[in-house]
Amino acid sequence: TMFATQVYGDNGKMKEYHYTGPVEHRFSPYSFNGGTVLAVAGEDFAIVASDTRLSEGYSIHSRDSPKCYKLTDTTVIGCSGFHGDCLTLTKIIDARLKMYKHSNNKCMTSGAIAAMLSTILYGRRFFPYYVYNIIGGLDEEGKGAVYSFDPVGSYQRDTYKAGGSASAMLQPLLDNQIGFKNMEGVQHLPLSQEKAVQLVKDVFISAAERDVYTGDALRICIVTKDGIKEETVPLRKD
Amino acid sequence: MALQDVSGFQDTPMSHMWNTPASLSGSVPFRCDNRHTSLSSLSTSSSPPTRRPFPLSHGTTTLAFVFQGGVIAAADTRASCSGLVACPSAQKILPIHSHLLVTTSGSGADCMLWERILAREIRLYQLRHGRRLSITGSAKLLSHMLHPFKGTDVCVAAILCGWDVEEVRVEEFKGQRVDRMGSGRDDSISPAKRPIEETVMSTSDACSQDDLTDCACERTRHAVTDVDLTRSPVRDRCGPKLFYVCSDGTRLQGELFSVGSGSPYAYGVLDGEVRWSLNEEEAISLAREAVYRATHRDAYSGNCVDLFHITAQGYCRRDREDLREEYHRNRERVLKRGKEESEEDKK
Repeated sequence: TMFATQVYGDNGKMKEYHYTGPVEHRFSPYSFNGGTVLAVAGEDFAIVASDTRLSEGYSIHSRDSPKCYKLTDTTVIGCSGFHGDCLTLTKIIDARLKMYKHSNNKCMTSGAIAAMLSTILYGRRFFPYYVYNIIGGLDEEGKGAVYSFDPVGSYQRDTYKAGGSASAMLQPLLDNQIGFKNMEGVQHLPLSQEKAVQLVKDVFISAAERDVYTGDALRICIVTKDGIKEETVPLRKD
Repeated sequence: MALQDVSGFQDTPMSHMWNTPASLSGSVPFRCDNRHTSLSSLSTSSSPPTRRPFPLSHGTTTLAFVFQGGVIAAADTRASCSGLVACPSAQKILPIHSHLLVTTSGSGADCMLWERILAREIRLYQLRHGRRLSITGSAKLLSHMLHPFKGTDVCVAAILCGWDVEEVRVEEFKGQRVDRMGSGRDDSISPAKRPIEETVMSTSDACSQDDLTDCACERTRHAVTDVDLTRSPVRDRCGPKLFYVCSDGTRLQGELFSVGSGSPYAYGVLDGEVRWSLNEEEAISLAREAVYRATHRDAYSGNCVDLFHITAQGYCRRDREDLREEYHRNRERVLKRGKEESEEDKK
């Protein structure tokens, strides 16, 4: 991942290319499969988008592995990180949704799914799911809602959020374009659905340019009160 | 025992099921006296725990102090994650009920979840015993719930800020129900947390000093308007309370606390200026300045400041303020001072 790891060994040489001393290798149950997820909430819509590349190290496992999963008619979740944990987590969420539907005779709302996911993730506090989740959907009033999570369950409601390998590159761009941050004297126009979709496409094209783990294709899920519409856009394949 | 050694099983003193993270997933029913807990999700095997490939959020400045007008709690809003600002608008002061706030510091997920658990336990206590748990009791409860996790990397350093209200008077408060939603609750509070008791509360964001005269609790009024620092034990049972609870087992009562990576800078400002006799405006601007100075010097604190004020009527929340404004105000003050000094030099 992007976060700091020790690059140089004690003798000053880079650990990845030189022998820097005896190292104990332990089996790591995690691996990083890349991918970027993005969600934007509008006045009466929500957009969840992800790239479709599944990679590991220097290889690409698949060019068609989208990271958005439909949960209910009004909620979509994007999961990136370790693909094994993404699959298991979405299976667990689906099972819990069914249980709730059968015992309470109604579908879970986006806020309720977010609160439930927080406790599911914290239940594995000491052996976490290595997944960066972002939930996008409509709340009870029909307004767009985005909930972003960290791998152990801390979450909050946002207007927009990027997660995954290119998140540090995309988030400042979204802060500027959607949040109008760091600009003076600019009119704060509300975001229309067409403009939001175009922005998401542009943002992912930029991400594919600069992040090696992002590319191949972009899957966009647009959630409105009429249902969930899916769109696929090609991205760089190199 | 030989079999225990061979299999590497370690017996841990986990006699409470309600505080294991596994029980939060919902499938396990609450049993307070159950000694046979399923430890499968908490790895207690002898192999070292799996190293996490990602960092968790840390770094903050929170502070709280007591003065004659109640309790002020303030915090910055930056959630950082080893060099990246994961969220510039996190909420670090979470209300538990109308008379108790908890400031969070340490790992974001741990604080959020443990305070949810604390809110649940306080509510269950209230339903079972018919009266609200005192702030002292709440601090002890949180501290004892965190104790089994001492030695793990659960990192929670919280300040419980609250006002103990006389139990008898709780019935009087119940008669006057005010819509709590109008007091500026943030959308980012977990929707699963519901208000525990609707007590009389000022619905405006900046509450006035006149609230104190309407207080139904006679003893609190005495405790509040008394400038004398020596208070008798009888009066101590109700009134403002401040507790620092840490996941390593610390539980301290006090009148001024600051927690987090920016706390040394905040202490420097607060230790010089905090007095019992501050009025509300001074206390709020002092808290704001302390957070501002800490965010100026500490890289892991920044963005905005959240200010809360607790009185006998409950808590009231000021709007979140961007510290950029404080920076500009401070610059003007410095420039003005520079001009005054140069004029004095000329004389």
